[in-house]
Amino acid sequence: MTKTDDTLRAPSRRGFLKSGIAVGGALAAAPLAGRAMASEGDPAILEKKDWNQYLGDGVDARPYGHPSEFEAHVVRRNVGWLTADPVSSVNFTPLHELDGIITPNGLCFERHHAGIAEVDPAEHRLMINGLVDRELVFTMQDLMRFPRENRVYFLECAANSGMEWRGAQLNGCQFTHGMIHNVMYTGVPLKYLLEEAGLKTNAKWLLPEGADAAGMTRSVPLQKALDDCLVAFRMNGEALRPEQGYPVRLVVPGWEGNMWVKWLRRIEVGDEPWHHREETSKYTDLMANGKARRFTWEMDVKSVITNPSPQAPILHDKGFTVLTGLAWSGRGTISRVDVSIDGGRNWRPARIDGPSLGKSAHRFYYEFDWDGSPLLLQSRAVDSQGIVQPTKDALRAVRGTNSIYHNNGIQTWHVKSGGEVENVEVS
Amino acid sequence: MSKFLKPAALLAALAVGVTAAHAGGKFGLGREATKDEVAAWDIDIRPDGTGLPDGKGNVSDGEEIFAERCAVCHGDFGEGVDRWPVLAGGHGTLSSDRPVKTIGSYWPYLSTVYDYINRAMPFGEAQSLTPDEVYAITAYLLYMNDVVTDDEFELSKENFTEIRLPNEENFFEDPRPDTATLRDGDPCMSNCKDKVEITMRAHVLDVTPDSEDDEAAAGSID
Ligand code: HEC
Repeated sequence: MTKTDDTLRAPSRRGFLKSGIAVGGALAAAPLAGRAMASEGDPAILEKKDWNQYLGDGVDARPYGHPSEFEAHVVRRNVGWLTADPVSSVNFTPLHELDGIITPNGLCFERHHAGIAEVDPAEHRLMINGLVDRELVFTMQDLMRFPRENRVYFLECAANSGMEWRGAQLNGCQFTHGMIHNVMYTGVPLKYLLEEAGLKTNAKWLLPEGADAAGMTRSVPLQKALDDCLVAFRMNGEALRPEQGYPVRLVVPGWEGNMWVKWLRRIEVGDEPWHHREETSKYTDLMANGKARRFTWEMDVKSVITNPSPQAPILHDKGFTVLTGLAWSGRGTISRVDVSIDGGRNWRPARIDGPSLGKSAHRFYYEFDWDGSPLLLQSRAVDSQGIVQPTKDALRAVRGTNSIYHNNGIQTWHVKSGGEVENVEVS
Repeated sequence: MSKFLKPAALLAALAVGVTAAHAGGKFGLGREATKDEVAAWDIDIRPDGTGLPDGKGNVSDGEEIFAERCAVCHGDFGEGVDRWPVLAGGHGTLSSDRPVKTIGSYWPYLSTVYDYINRAMPFGEAQSLTPDEVYAITAYLLYMNDVVTDDEFELSKENFTEIRLPNEENFFEDPRPDTATLRDGDPCMSNCKDKVEITMRAHVLDVTPDSEDDEAAAGSID
């Protein structure tokens, strides 16, 4: 997308819509070709469109379907200055363009450390070695012969909202909160694979490893693997996308995305953690006093209003308004979401609609009559463990501003009287 | 042999001389790995030295290899070129406004340095270094970080676990939840603050992609 993309620029999009209406009005008033009399009304109704008259593409034209050309602005975007190189970088899910709880596969944010590995499934193997009775190798066909499960989980990068620790920076929930996606996985419980290999009694930790050029590794406690980890080969029904780890990835529900090793090729079983680069240099949370938390796995309760938001301004005049957003917790379900339109002075319960599943995104709505005056929008989620989403100041009071990871603070959007929205912080 | 087996799968099966499912597991799926297969993939190193291969390398050899294979991104002294990662320095910065996390200032264990370089570097040419080269580069990075001061220092499998990194003690286990829960009372619903003022705007520091002022700003994703 270029600078001319008006969906990013609230005023121009608004202006465009207004001028569209103006042109339509002028056309409607003018005499129409081939008509004796001018009709009054909306040209979208009065004029015949091409698609009303002429034939469209046949069933052989789009063997794998794509979104409408009018949705071309709905894409993942990256932030060039964040990293040195796009092959070890991140792009962001366009949350403000989505509804419901499921993220379409092509819009799931990407984070990889050595580019997208293009793995031939016929040449892919999954090895289990270390503290097991039998060190085993599985082909993809082997994996698909184990009993499968279907589960919807969110995957959030621990660094989601990490740019906002020092204050409001990025204008758009795509950039402040878009390192998350929510997908239905089909896969084999990791427990079955480990049992097949036979765990030794001193087994306590796992080291999943990726087949990409980063050789991604993380230490995962065995208890988590036996609890709910999946070795997944499908997302939303179809094969994993290459950028999400095709042909097989680890699913570590509720825990930071970096642990969900993609292009999974090996799982070592051990008795101690490995303290590899991604759990020492990275994904440790530096506190103000210079000490750092390690093994901060769970993604805490969090929510964000996706509409309105800076990339999705209010385009109508005052009146009935639908506010919506997402809430999630790595520790269970969301028991409630409250919304404030006055910067946290007063709160109202939002309405959660759609499935409420553990460690999955929840969709909430708050409908209200906008009087056209400026608003300070906030959402605050509470999870089934009773943990309340904190304010950013409450987080900073405990953790300082250097921790990069695990920023689950309450987001504020400032809606101006014209409907334009900006990312702010409030007292 | 099934006629559905693809030639590649057939070759792979023949190459290892095993086609039968292993005995013992509940489902009887998969096959036992050969020793060579495990050795080919099992390259991980732990802080206690588990996994280290035989080998050795000294600071001056390391300096040469580093200049040739690493310095184009990380700088001759590990100072980092442009936005590529900084590998040395940063001592005493961890509690400052701009912490510089390096092997010397932040990393708790030397084994991580060996393991990571061996598995992932040089960037774009992973797993192309010999054990002696990785020992030598690791020795050089210890020297650049003032963990060793002798420029003749040689690192080997034998003396590896004697080296401790200075920041090891400064990591602690996750204490969360460290913010309010319902046990602290129900969240406030009305008149929660006297007044609300905007204290900061992203506008002021507009680093949003596609905006006019696409400048690097504070913050990082990892
Ligand atoms: C083409 C540029 C490039 C070259 C050459 C290169 N690196 Fe890197 N290095 C990177 C990038 C990029 C990363 C971060 C990768 C990521 O995001 O996961 C990195 C990360 C590292 C890290 C971890 C830094 C941290 O703070 O976590 C170490 C250590 C390292 N490199 C050592 C080396 C060594 C030793 C060599 C030479 C053998 C080398 N690199 C060659 C680009 C390079």
